[in-house]
Amino acid sequence: MSLKVKKDANRPMHRDEVSKWQWTWKEMKKNKTAYFMLAPFFILFIVFTVLPVFLSIIFSLTDFNMLQMPNWKGLTNYTRLFVEDEIFMLAIQNTIIFACVTGPVSYLLSLLVAWFVNELPPKIRAVVTLVFYAPSISGQVYLIWSTLFSSDAYGWANATLMKLGIITDPILWFQDANYVMPLCIVVALWTSLGTSFLAFIAGFQIVDRSMYEAAAVDGIKNRWQELWYITLPTMRPQMMFGAVLAITNSFGFGGVVTALCGFPSVDYAAHTIMHHLDDYGGSRYEIGYASAIAVVLFIIMFGSNILVKKALSKVGE
Amino acid sequence: MAMKEKVVKLRTRGHRVVLNRSAGGDTGITVVLTLLGIVMFVPMYYVVIQSLKPLDELFMFPPRFYVISPTFDNFADLFTLMSDSWVPFSRYIFNTVFITICGTLGNLVFASMAAYSLAKLRFPGRNAIFQLIVTSLMFHSTVNQVTHFIILSAFGWVDTYLSIIVPSMATTMGLYLMKQFMESSVPDTVLESARLDGASEFRTFLIIAMPMVKPAWLTLMIECFKSLWNSGSSIYIHSEELKTFNYAINQIVSGGIARSGAGAAAIVIMMSVPIAIFVLNQSKIIETMGSSGMKD
Repeated sequence: MSLKVKKDANRPMHRDEVSKWQWTWKEMKKNKTAYFMLAPFFILFIVFTVLPVFLSIIFSLTDFNMLQMPNWKGLTNYTRLFVEDEIFMLAIQNTIIFACVTGPVSYLLSLLVAWFVNELPPKIRAVVTLVFYAPSISGQVYLIWSTLFSSDAYGWANATLMKLGIITDPILWFQDANYVMPLCIVVALWTSLGTSFLAFIAGFQIVDRSMYEAAAVDGIKNRWQELWYITLPTMRPQMMFGAVLAITNSFGFGGVVTALCGFPSVDYAAHTIMHHLDDYGGSRYEIGYASAIAVVLFIIMFGSNILVKKALSKVGE
Repeated sequence: MAMKEKVVKLRTRGHRVVLNRSAGGDTGITVVLTLLGIVMFVPMYYVVIQSLKPLDELFMFPPRFYVISPTFDNFADLFTLMSDSWVPFSRYIFNTVFITICGTLGNLVFASMAAYSLAKLRFPGRNAIFQLIVTSLMFHSTVNQVTHFIILSAFGWVDTYLSIIVPSMATTMGLYLMKQFMESSVPDTVLESARLDGASEFRTFLIIAMPMVKPAWLTLMIECFKSLWNSGSSIYIHSEELKTFNYAINQIVSGGIARSGAGAAAIVIMMSVPIAIFVLNQSKIIETMGSSGMKD
C-alpha cells in the first residue's frame, strides 16, 4: 500500500489553501440543502418582520399617507413628535411607567413563583404550574376583570366596598383616570406568567442535584444562598431568555388596555405609544408620522434589552 | 488546634435527607404560593361560575362566587344572541379554527426545517441569520403593524385569511425553541451515521431528527396556537364573515351586564382549548423549555 496521497477532486479543501471568498462560495454550494430548508421560513421572516422595520425607518422621513406620492420631510416627523405632540409625551410617560412596573415585577414574580413551585413535590407542582400559567394562555379571559370591576353595583369590587360601607356610589373603575393605570397594570401582571415562567420552571429542574450536595459541604447554609450562588448562575441562559420576553411583553400590552378601557382611554390616562401608533397608523393613515412613532418605540425596546442584558450578566458574581 | 465539633441535624422528608431547607422557609413558601395562587385562580374560577349562572343570579347583589342553580342556557344563548347579526355564530368559530390550524401547521413545517438547518448544518451566514432571529424576539410584533399593512396590501392580501395565516408561519418563537432543543438533544453522531448510510440531508431531517424532537413540536405548536387562537380583531380584516371568535367575544361582552353570562360562556369555550392542550402536554413543554436558554 502506498502512503502517497492521491490527488482527488472531491477531497475537502483546506481553509488555508484558497481565498476566503472562494472558500465561502464552495461551502455555500456544498450546503445547498441547508439554504433550501431555511428558505421558506427565512423569506417570510424577511418580508414580514425585517422589511417592515426598514420601511418604517424610510417612511418616518416622509409624509406618506397611502394616497399621494410621499414627499421627503427629513426629521420633521420627529420634531413634531417631540416638540408639538403633547399626547405623545403623555404616551411615552405612560409606556415607561407601565414597562418599568410590569417588566421587572412580572420577571421577578415568574422567577419567584418558579422557584417556589420547584420546591413542591412533583404532583402538586404540575397543578400549581397550571394555576399560574393558565391566565396567560387563555386569551381574552382578562375581560372578566371588567366584570369584577364593573362600573355598576353588580361588579365584585363595587359590591364589596358598598357592603362594607366604604363607598355609597359605585366607582367607574375603568372610566376613572385615577384607577385606570393601576388596574391595567394588575391585569397585565395577572396574564404575564407565560413562556418565560415555563422557561424558569424548566431551568430550575435542569440544575444538577449533586451540585447542591457539594455546595452544602462547602458551607452553603440556606436556600437563599443556594439560589444565588448555584441555581441562578446555572440558569443564566434561561434568565436571559425570560428577560427578553418580559421586556417585549411589557411594551406590547396595548390590547389589554383597549379591551378594558376602550379607546381612547379616559383623559388618555392609559394612553401608550402603542395606542398612539394605532391611532395615527390605523385610523388616520398618517403613515409617515406613525412610522416615526414606531421607530421611537423600536429604539426604546432595543435600548432596554441591551441594558437588561448587561445587568443580568452580573448575577451570581 | 482543636476544632469545636458542630452537631449538624439533618431534616428529612420521607426517607430523603433535605439539605438547607428550614421548616420556617417551607411554611413561608406555602403561604406565599397559596395567596398568589388565589389571586391567579379566582378570576379564572369566576368566569366559569358566571357562565353557569341563570339570568336572575347574574343580577344578584352582592355577586356570589358560587352558583345556586347552574344552567347551560348561556352557552345556548351564544348561538341565538348572534343569530341577528349577519354572520352565524359558528362562522366566527370556524374562522378561528381554520386560521389556527393552517398557521400552526405551516409554522411547524417551515420552522422545523429552518431550525434543523440552523442547528445541525454548518454553512456560511448561519450565525448571522440566527442572530437576526434572536433580535426579532426583542420586538413586539404590533410595532410593525403599520408597515405590515402596507406590505399586505401590496400583495393584495388585505381582508383575506392569508393576511393572518402567512405571516404567522414565520413566527420566530417556535423556531427559536426548536433550534435550541435540536442542538441539545439530537446528537451529531446519529445524523452522521444516517448520512454515511446514504440518506439525503432532507431525509435525515425527516426520519432521524424530527422524531427525536417531538416535545419541541408540541411546544412550537402551542406557542403558535396560543397567538393565533387568541388573535382578536385584526386591522387587516374588514369583512364580518372573516372575523374571529375573539372579535365576537368582544362584541358580546361590550353589550353590558345583560350579556355578561353569554360573554363568560364564550370566554370559557375559548380558554378551555389551550388549557386542555397544555394540561395534556405539560411535561413535554417543560422539557423543551429546559433548552430555551439564551447565551449572552
